[in-house]
Amino acid sequence: MTSTFLPDKRRGPDIALPSPAATSARGRARRRLLNWLTAVGFQVPALVLFIGLVLLPMLFALYAAFFRWGGFGMPSDYIGGDNFTHLFQDPVFLGDLWRCLLLVVLSLALQLPFALAMAVALNQKMRGRAIYRMLFFAPYVLSEAITGVLFSMIFAPDDGLADHVLGAIGLDGLGGEWFADPSWVMASLFLVMTWKYFGFHMMLYLAGLQSIPAELTEAALIDGANPWQRFRNVILPLLAPTLRISVFLSVIGAIQLFDLVWVITQGGPDHHSETMAVTMFQYGFKRYQVGYASAISVVMFGICLVFALAYQRFVLRRDLEGATTTMRGDGK
Amino acid sequence: MGDRALSRRGFLAASAAAGLGMTALSGCGGDSDGGSSDGTTTIEWWNISTTEPTKTVWAGLAKKFEAQNPKVKLKIVQLENDAYKSKMTALIASGKLPDVFHTWGGGVLKQQVDAGLVEDLSDSTKPWSDGMLSVAKQPYLIDKKLYGIPFDIGMVGFWYNKALFKQAGIDAPPTTWTGFLDAVKKLKSKGITPLALAGKESWTGMYYWAYLAMRTAGIDALEKANENKDFTGDGFVQAGQHLKDLVDLHPFQKGFLGAAYSAPNGQAATVGNGKAAMELMGQWAPVVEADAGKGLGSNLGFFPFPAVDGGEGAITEVFGGGGGHALRRGAPKEAVDFLKFFASETTDLQLVKKTNTLPVVPGAEKALADPNTKAVQAQLKGATGFQLYLDQAYAPAVGQEVNDSVAALIAGSKSPEQVAQSITKVAKEEQ
Repeated sequence: MTSTFLPDKRRGPDIALPSPAATSARGRARRRLLNWLTAVGFQVPALVLFIGLVLLPMLFALYAAFFRWGGFGMPSDYIGGDNFTHLFQDPVFLGDLWRCLLLVVLSLALQLPFALAMAVALNQKMRGRAIYRMLFFAPYVLSEAITGVLFSMIFAPDDGLADHVLGAIGLDGLGGEWFADPSWVMASLFLVMTWKYFGFHMMLYLAGLQSIPAELTEAALIDGANPWQRFRNVILPLLAPTLRISVFLSVIGAIQLFDLVWVITQGGPDHHSETMAVTMFQYGFKRYQVGYASAISVVMFGICLVFALAYQRFVLRRDLEGATTTMRGDGK
Repeated sequence: MGDRALSRRGFLAASAAAGLGMTALSGCGGDSDGGSSDGTTTIEWWNISTTEPTKTVWAGLAKKFEAQNPKVKLKIVQLENDAYKSKMTALIASGKLPDVFHTWGGGVLKQQVDAGLVEDLSDSTKPWSDGMLSVAKQPYLIDKKLYGIPFDIGMVGFWYNKALFKQAGIDAPPTTWTGFLDAVKKLKSKGITPLALAGKESWTGMYYWAYLAMRTAGIDALEKANENKDFTGDGFVQAGQHLKDLVDLHPFQKGFLGAAYSAPNGQAATVGNGKAAMELMGQWAPVVEADAGKGLGSNLGFFPFPAVDGGEGAITEVFGGGGGHALRRGAPKEAVDFLKFFASETTDLQLVKKTNTLPVVPGAEKALADPNTKAVQAQLKGATGFQLYLDQAYAPAVGQEVNDSVAALIAGSKSPEQVAQSITKVAKEEQ
């Protein structure tokens, strides 16, 4: 569609050209049009791909969510909002929502503060700093599937490295069933997630820390601020924009979590580690109830969208006026 | 500028034409009846034997068939298991199947038969298919008509560690469920883990429930329940109760809820390394045990799933599945010749010897060497009833719900009644 309309529009200026009373105003208009066309022209390939591979499938999923559909042929059995009513009565899906919230809270309360502490520590001058930074960042580069297999082995009951290490230091009692225990599986999973992702957030914070001018902390030092005050009143406010981005990425990541869970537990034992994405996969590709799976994906998308919009509107926007103006104020 | 626009349009047109052309070409491929001017017939043969040694053995067999039938050419298309399944679903939608194609029988084959896509082989193969192992043909019998010819058959049963049984003072494998529970208790009292289970992969737990349902409600009830979309009968609830009795003894290895099947610390390895006394698994168990773990060698034994006192089913009824070939409706008659060739004693002897399949022709039994495989074969040969794997016999959503709710029963979050109810609910929702 976009590609057929393009040449017609391009012909526009050619038709306008014959009127020789072209003044500078008209020339400017023409140049503006040309600029616009160039911009559109460059965007067309990306737009076509985006529309064909992202937008249309999304709209189709929204459409399919209102059908009972096995995934073959076109959806024909229209059932209105039944899939959604079902969804919000399904204990597994309600559990997914609860676990999603749990992961978000744990990430914000434990994982990010931990990453921040590591970043502050590794921002000090010390021997082997680069090596530590690299080591902590390495897990992030590892693929989720490899991480999953790795930790399935480490946390294997009795045989795994974790139980051996705990046994060797006389803490056998702490060794347990890890991923196999319904009440511990989320905690174990969160441990793996933290191992995998804290390095990424740490890197973000390190970059943020390095952009804070040393003069500011020096000035605070001269004013007699103790380390905590320097951190709380100088470093933290200046790091806030980075923190807000990192919180945003962390929350979106928790909502969409799939690969780690799929490789380690497949959502088990007995759905205790299932996430929305895992439930969607189960229904779409194991049970061939694609309409229902589409409904799950629509809800997931809705949650992400609402969060992203609200966050940008209320939190990220403040950044532009908050942090930057404060900096300018300090400069004066 | 105009030129560029034109060339863009030209490019689009060209690519569209190319796309259309390709569709047309592939369409032609599907359309051809395989006949050609020089009188040779080409038969398309789709199978899933992508691994060695089977791949090579089958290719050799195809050459041999071509040598014996100079006017027939075989075109082999090999696809990996999951790829094959999705490709077939697309083909069914288009209504054109390959001449000869792999099938597991059961519900999927029935769908294809109902769509009028599969050749009825009852008459054309009668002279020689009558002599084949009857249990092996079971999955391909739909309304008493034969729609597929098997090349492999197998079943699920208990694989046990003879040394550990001896250690616990169990003289002979149990033949009743009560006896089985006693054996489990004896093993436990000696500090031996009685059973290994892959709780992460829910199909492994389903085997217990399926067998128990066969023993309590009976095979006919399993088929009827699927037809009537009602699994709430007493037999099914009892099956769940018997399974719960077992689960309550805590017979499984530590951390079984998170264990996989073939991983280095999974179900098969646990038995293969002598860390659990038994597992309920198909005929492939010895191979996987030796692959994922050390393997038990001559210490490994096999016994059929015990009977349940007062139940409808007998110990001689088996639960399993195999592999076979079906023909598309209207396939050239040479395709039937090929099925005959593939089911001949000479071919089956080769398959049994070289590709680790169980014989489907009585004459090929002499190729069996391993005592456990012989035991499985004897059980299959004397089978008085056959139930196909539930996830192949039932619609995917129903099969998955069986797996899922039985897993919940084993994890202790669903009662036997709730298992029966959730399966019924999903069966009713499925149109």
